[in-house]
Amino acid sequence: MEVKARPDTFIDEICGIPGGEGIRLCIQCGTCTASCPNADKMQHTPSQLIAMARAGMREEVLSSNAMWYCLSCYLCTVRCPRGIKQTDLMHALENLAMREELSHAGTFTPTMYRSFNHFSCSLGSLPEFGFMTWFYLLSNPFRAWRMIPVAWNLFRRGRLSIRARRLTPEGTNQLRSILDKAESIGGVS
Amino acid sequence: MRYYTYFPGCSAAEGGAKAYNWSVRAVSKALDIDLVELDDWNCCGSTPSSSVDELGAFCMAARDLALAEKTGLDMVTPCSACYVIFNRTNSYLKQYPELKAKVDEALAAGGLEYRGTVRIRHILDVLTTDVSYDNIESRVKKPLSGLNVAPYYGCQAVRPTPSFDHTESPQSLDKLIASLGGEPVNFPLKSRCCGGSLIITEEDLALGLIHKLLDSASRNGAECLVTVCPLCQTNLDAYQSQVNKKFKTNYKLPILFFTQLMGVAFGLEEKDLGLKTSIVPVEKVLAKYI
Repeated sequence: MEVKARPDTFIDEICGIPGGEGIRLCIQCGTCTASCPNADKMQHTPSQLIAMARAGMREEVLSSNAMWYCLSCYLCTVRCPRGIKQTDLMHALENLAMREELSHAGTFTPTMYRSFNHFSCSLGSLPEFGFMTWFYLLSNPFRAWRMIPVAWNLFRRGRLSIRARRLTPEGTNQLRSILDKAESIGGVS
Repeated sequence: MRYYTYFPGCSAAEGGAKAYNWSVRAVSKALDIDLVELDDWNCCGSTPSSSVDELGAFCMAARDLALAEKTGLDMVTPCSACYVIFNRTNSYLKQYPELKAKVDEALAAGGLEYRGTVRIRHILDVLTTDVSYDNIESRVKKPLSGLNVAPYYGCQAVRPTPSFDHTESPQSLDKLIASLGGEPVNFPLKSRCCGGSLIITEEDLALGLIHKLLDSASRNGAECLVTVCPLCQTNLDAYQSQVNKKFKTNYKLPILFFTQLMGVAFGLEEKDLGLKTSIVPVEKVLAKYI
């Protein structure tokens, strides 16, 4: 992987990520926060997060749980009077936090996303049962017990496949080559 | 006959939403729509992958788009999460030339190229825009008279880009229900979030959101609710008993894919619609029509 110098300021770093550049346009009206179904669960609301990022509070922003509570419902994005793609901004912050391994913030969502990505990249398809089991083993195996009624209900109606859908060997190799190349390129910014 | 490339997505193909895949195919056949499944497709990457490794996620979606481009047809998906990811990939590749150069380089390593010409459609869009409401009405054999249905769009079929319907107050599913002879109930939370994949990690939070949806639909007199997304269906159906336990409620609201309801009105075979895969039983509510 190519080694790149980090941009001088946090805001430059965010603007370098596709979808991140809108952060400069924010007028702190709070529409995103008022629209967010999870703003009250976040350590910092979406508009606070933008203000903090613009004040250069890199560490505080990236270690916050806020972006991990984003549901990607895009309500903030369609309502922002400045046209900021707030949901994509949250994804950009998640990527930065993930790279810095600052990504726990008291929630297992990053672990879940990593498990998902691990399966979808290596198999080319998401086996829901395998992915969930793997995630619970990585996070909290005891929680898996509480999931048994839900899993049983899905299983007895034929909705829990143990077998994963597989690509053809050619398709698997093609996807592997593409993703290996993407990894060697390094990232979006 | 209309032709489309079909991208079922992981949940509908082999996962918990098989009934969606079955009913989409059955209803499309009845409406002279030929869905040709994309050959050897891979997972779209979805939102989790774009949060972990954004370039890798764009490349996964781009491989599917490159394969679909060879067919020259619109690509239709029943999954709102796949729909949002493919549209996002298309618009980002147009908007950010540097990103496109990287994705092109990665695709070339797999012997593919993508010119950016594939139009991505949601199955709700195809069934309501391309096939008209009148056409749908003319195929109805068992009108759903007297059935009160909550039309639930969720988030990603209508947001972020305004395409075939309004981003916050969509109407297409309401009109579709009416053309089947049913009664679309007033449902103010029709485009609010079901909690998505956070049901796995932040269960309390997601159960709260699901509770609000069930509460709003029930208060407005819904006898069942129809969805356009595999994850919304799973959250509202498989977790309904958890909601009842947590909030001391007693909801027994059947959650159907909208294509299952269409199939019932078209008089299609129950086995082609997967009605028995629902966890909250649907038979009682639909007894008059099956």
